[in-house]
Amino acid sequence: MKYALFLGCTIPARSRNYEMSARVVAHKLGIEFVDIFDFSCCGFPLKSSDMKQAGLLAARNLALAEAQGLPICTLCSACTSMLAEEAHQLGRDKALLDEVNAELEKVGLSYGGNAEVKHFARVLLDDVGLDRIRQEVRVDLKGLPVATHYGCHYLKPSEIYEGLEDPENPSSLEELVNAAGAHSVEYQHKKDCCGGAVLVADEETALRMAKRKLDHVKEAGAKAMNVVCPFCSVMYDDNQKSIESQFEVSYQIPVLYLPQILGLAMGFDRKELGLNMNVVKTKSLTEEIIGEE
Amino acid sequence: MPEFHMEKSTSGFASMVVQEPGAEGIRSCYACGTCTAGCPVRRVNPAYNPRKLIRMVLLGMRDEILKGKEIWLCSSCYTCQERCPQAIRITDTIIALRNLAAREGHAPSGISMQARLIRDQGRLYALDEFDDKKRKKAGLPSLPSEFAGAKKLLEEKE
Repeated sequence: MKYALFLGCTIPARSRNYEMSARVVAHKLGIEFVDIFDFSCCGFPLKSSDMKQAGLLAARNLALAEAQGLPICTLCSACTSMLAEEAHQLGRDKALLDEVNAELEKVGLSYGGNAEVKHFARVLLDDVGLDRIRQEVRVDLKGLPVATHYGCHYLKPSEIYEGLEDPENPSSLEELVNAAGAHSVEYQHKKDCCGGAVLVADEETALRMAKRKLDHVKEAGAKAMNVVCPFCSVMYDDNQKSIESQFEVSYQIPVLYLPQILGLAMGFDRKELGLNMNVVKTKSLTEEIIGEE
Repeated sequence: MPEFHMEKSTSGFASMVVQEPGAEGIRSCYACGTCTAGCPVRRVNPAYNPRKLIRMVLLGMRDEILKGKEIWLCSSCYTCQERCPQAIRITDTIIALRNLAAREGHAPSGISMQARLIRDQGRLYALDEFDDKKRKKAGLPSLPSEFAGAKKLLEEKE
């Protein structure tokens, strides 16, 4: 299980807690991450301005991984969909592949059309498996009620993931969270978007979208939220306080990345999982689980 | 949203849009509204209505689409695209419309700024010494802040 770890833009700069927890959990589960330091932005933030350029940037990253013979493991869902979409298109359209290669040649690269792109949660589910995760559990999470948030690009557009999971009825994240000994609670509008991609054009609309979800998460009695994408985390964790003050509501719901939840169950400490970097304080939550450190 | 006036309709706008990758199928829209019913943006902001946007494109309302704010409200969640009974790539169509608008200089400033940053440095957030220190402290490898290859690749296309 050797993967080129694709970090993208947001994670190394703003979500080090995600990166730290993913690295320690992966290591423990026998996944080897290789850093390709020449990986740039995936291309996603360029898509609205120029999808062709966005695709080129994605293809460059695919070519870098392919040159090392490694499948890509992503942490960010937007990176996942951007890279998987480009791999999907270039794998089916020879004319487009030739066109892209003519560009890549100018920077000394070529792409054969064989890259593989998988989100970290997928790697955990498909390559590691739930049994192995259960075997690694050292700390009883005692059925901690967790609201899993799939977000969008982890599942959609579904055609680029070639039937991996039904976006209308997903279960992968719940399975992983439950394997760690937490309990995924059902809540209304579970599949709704966080609003992250609207933030740059219309902040109020984006915050309203996030608020709506936080309302339902609170109603369901979840003590934490689980995310697999830094944009979703920005909306629910970083922006939770401003939503609380803007709409005069109160949540104080910690938002944890999937490997932070798995890592807690596997016995890693707060520091190793970057839990002190989450914006909504996680201390009382972890005290309940692992006691004071 | 503005009213439709036949005399202001731009003939050929729909034909231009359907040539954009992703927007090819919009002529088969029968306006059922499945897209709009499931849209999470619309639930909090009724100004956003994907069914209406597609209709406006087909009616040739060029300026209203390309200079308007609505196309920038899509969260690109793909709910509409997954559910469209006519298999229209609605999210991809909105992205195609944004590309057309951006080419004419109508992208919101935040969107053009993101594009500029990526063309200049290959990533959204440059990692400076301070970031590097924080990464080191967290036991994470140091990363480059610029990518000559990525920059060159995008420069050639501008």
